[in-house]
Amino acid sequence: MKRFAQLFREIDGSTKTTVKVAALADYFRDAPETDRLWTVALFSGRRPRRATTTTRLREWAAERAGLPLWLLEESYAIVGDLAETIALLLPPGESVDDSGLTFWINALRDISNVSEEDRKDFIHRAWDQLGTTERFLFNKLITGGFRIGVSQKLMTRALAQATGRDEAEMAHRLMGNWTPETTSWHELIEAENSAADASRPYPFYLAYGLDTEPKALGPPEDWRAEWKWDGIRGQLVLRDGSHFLWSRGEELITDTFPEFARAIDFVPDGTVLDGEIMVWTAEGPQSFNALQKRIGRKTVSKKLLTDAPVELCAYDLLEEHGTDIRDQPFAERRTRLERLLADLPRDAPLRLSPPVDFGTWEDLARIRKGAREATAEGLMLKRADSPYLAGRKKGDWWKWKLDPLTIDAVMIYAQSGSGRRANLFTDFTFAVWNGNDLVPFTKAYSGLSDEEFREITAWVRRNTRQKFGPVRQVTPEHVFEIAFEGIQRSTRHKSGVALRFPRMARWRRDKPVQEANTLDDLKEMLRQYG
Amino acid sequence: MTRDPVLTFTDRGIFCPAGGFFVDPWRPVDRALITHGHADHARPGHARYLATEAAAPVLHHRLGDITLETVAYGATLRIGDALVSFHPAGHVPGSAQIRIEVAGEVWVVSGDYKVVADGLSEPFEPVRCHSFITESTFGLPVFRWPTQADVAARLNQWWRESVAEGVTPVLGAYSLGKAQRLLAMLDPAIGPILTHGAVESTTEVLRRQGYALPDTVHVTPETKGTDHPGALVLAPPSALGSTWARRFGKVSGGFASGWMQLRGVRRRRAVDRGFVISDHADWTGLLWAIEQTGAENIYVTHGYTDVFTRYLNDSGWNAAVVRTEYEGETTESESAE
Ligand SMILES: [Zn+2]
Ligand SMILES: [Zn+2]
Repeated sequence: MKRFAQLFREIDGSTKTTVKVAALADYFRDAPETDRLWTVALFSGRRPRRATTTTRLREWAAERAGLPLWLLEESYAIVGDLAETIALLLPPGESVDDSGLTFWINALRDISNVSEEDRKDFIHRAWDQLGTTERFLFNKLITGGFRIGVSQKLMTRALAQATGRDEAEMAHRLMGNWTPETTSWHELIEAENSAADASRPYPFYLAYGLDTEPKALGPPEDWRAEWKWDGIRGQLVLRDGSHFLWSRGEELITDTFPEFARAIDFVPDGTVLDGEIMVWTAEGPQSFNALQKRIGRKTVSKKLLTDAPVELCAYDLLEEHGTDIRDQPFAERRTRLERLLADLPRDAPLRLSPPVDFGTWEDLARIRKGAREATAEGLMLKRADSPYLAGRKKGDWWKWKLDPLTIDAVMIYAQSGSGRRANLFTDFTFAVWNGNDLVPFTKAYSGLSDEEFREITAWVRRNTRQKFGPVRQVTPEHVFEIAFEGIQRSTRHKSGVALRFPRMARWRRDKPVQEANTLDDLKEMLRQYG
Repeated sequence: MTRDPVLTFTDRGIFCPAGGFFVDPWRPVDRALITHGHADHARPGHARYLATEAAAPVLHHRLGDITLETVAYGATLRIGDALVSFHPAGHVPGSAQIRIEVAGEVWVVSGDYKVVADGLSEPFEPVRCHSFITESTFGLPVFRWPTQADVAARLNQWWRESVAEGVTPVLGAYSLGKAQRLLAMLDPAIGPILTHGAVESTTEVLRRQGYALPDTVHVTPETKGTDHPGALVLAPPSALGSTWARRFGKVSGGFASGWMQLRGVRRRRAVDRGFVISDHADWTGLLWAIEQTGAENIYVTHGYTDVFTRYLNDSGWNAAVVRTEYEGETTESESAE
């Protein structure tokens, strides 16, 4: 665990990408192979089987530290990370252990078969033997979620450095259904013609938001446009007579959307499509609100399938007849995609995301204004000659989203954040006027600069009217412009509406509270955009 | 007739009816007893001040021409019907706990304190009392400080590594207390120590007073980054990443604070190196200090007041939260500690 802890400290202790990549590359060169493999697995969101519940872990930690459980919970609320909280509040460990990462992972796997009493003993002994960082990482193996500032991109770069191989190839190798129990370092990273499993998707190519006028992109004829849909990005893999649906988060969501079992009836085996999963009814494409009912459901009722049927609105073809065609120009892939999906019957779960034709950038700007009517969030711009790259890359693909909806609201409650923001007030509740009353309608916790969060924190401390547990009621004095992507009716909220992606766009210091928006304004937005 | 309590908590500050004075008040009053020179405890605008001799130079430096009476540590004064004495709080040079006795009942206002000796501040002395007013800035069991020797070793290693890599280490710390404590921990054999004006002025005041501080070079507008090869720069946290720091070219940013114990806060500050060091007591220190006073009643001021008070009550003390305007160790601003 010491070598892994050293890697962690190097990564966590630096803000510089080059330092992180170098530390990882070193590790991938000299750590034991099984430890490397597990590290790749952990950093790409694959986790060992949970050895015990976090409830037990909390109880055992409180017991070991000689503290009441409620105090552990209070500390956790402030630290924001259970593994870290436990590592810090236990009595200092001895740091005498020399076993590697794989040893601890296997040991944790083995204790899932022993009695609870023995399991507790094992974990208490482990805590005693490990230093604070090792202990934190050990706890992470149990609680999961290794988010330590290593993106998939950094890891593939480090792997490429350590092995002398191509970065995009590395990214592709890491995709799919493997675990350290089903593969080896050699098979995953080094083997030529590795018999990739049939489900393995390609790394998604992700676009940046356009931050200039589109004119800056050059002549419009070099570009293609299409709607930016408001669903979830998906990759449909048809190979070996089976189908696999992957989300952008590299999650296998085949079972959530059984509609795609029929895809194979309409397109040949050896096809991989990139597109948007959306609810599509007789009335046409539906907003994200409709899709929400389907997300995260493993069992899908007949009724749900009828009420909210999904389709893949395809916009790219990555594999054709079993051949990877990602290095073909976009225009070419698009032609083949159109050929593939031409004349599909209406009951196919696939459809083509139609091209949006335009002559000049001014034309396109006008078209973009109609995005909400088309149930889209804006436009996608893709360079006609661009290959399909891996990961988020600047230059060839851009999102040109609509400006968000906005409303001016009054801050009425504040709550402190956790983790990164443990000692700042960052979570706020906002209200609009209804006559002389302020009606809360949304919470927001992002969008301000650190400087502004500090300022508002100092202000909240001085202007607290009442405390309700962690929540403080503050003097209604500050107006914020709240930006959001969508609005829908809600029975859970007093105001009757729920917003999508609300955030603080601006602190309206210029605006007196009386001039904040009203509930009627909000209802009008619901009527227009709900 | 019921007797007044020794101290009462008012909207202007902690008040002693028998002596007619306030301790660390936050609104202007006639007579203010001051525990130490941090801005949230020593505010401008009072008619008369009383503090330790050791705190006086900094108070004058910060508050200008105030009417200030001084007293030695441990000496007893009579103010009205109250007996008053000042005892080391170990927080920063010159800082004190104030002991107030009225008709045999003893209260202690500890201001800010830490219980381990830092080699510079007059070390904390427990004072027996019936009622103890304590801070709780780090009143959670996740706060447990490493030893000063450990932190000093890491600090000097970072300095050496930075120099070897050709970058200038810039260390952020508040200008009263923390900055001088760090100065005393640095190894001048590695190279020169440069200071930002805000750090230098307070350091100079303390140096003239006789606190053992190493030589420093004051960075002026004329100072160029290349003038002092191998140097470490000490500056207030706000100077990190500012235009002021640009003259040093490639820098490695360090920040010293108790908050650096939390990974989340370290990441928010986005510094290259965080050093866990605080002039406030950690969890163990707070509990030890409270135990030592033998007090039955504990009043908890700034920090994790609610949680800490609940724990004390659970553990058999008679504890209550007191609302004050003290700020504890902020991670961001220069204003208070
Ligand atoms: Zn303070
Ligand atoms: Zn202080």
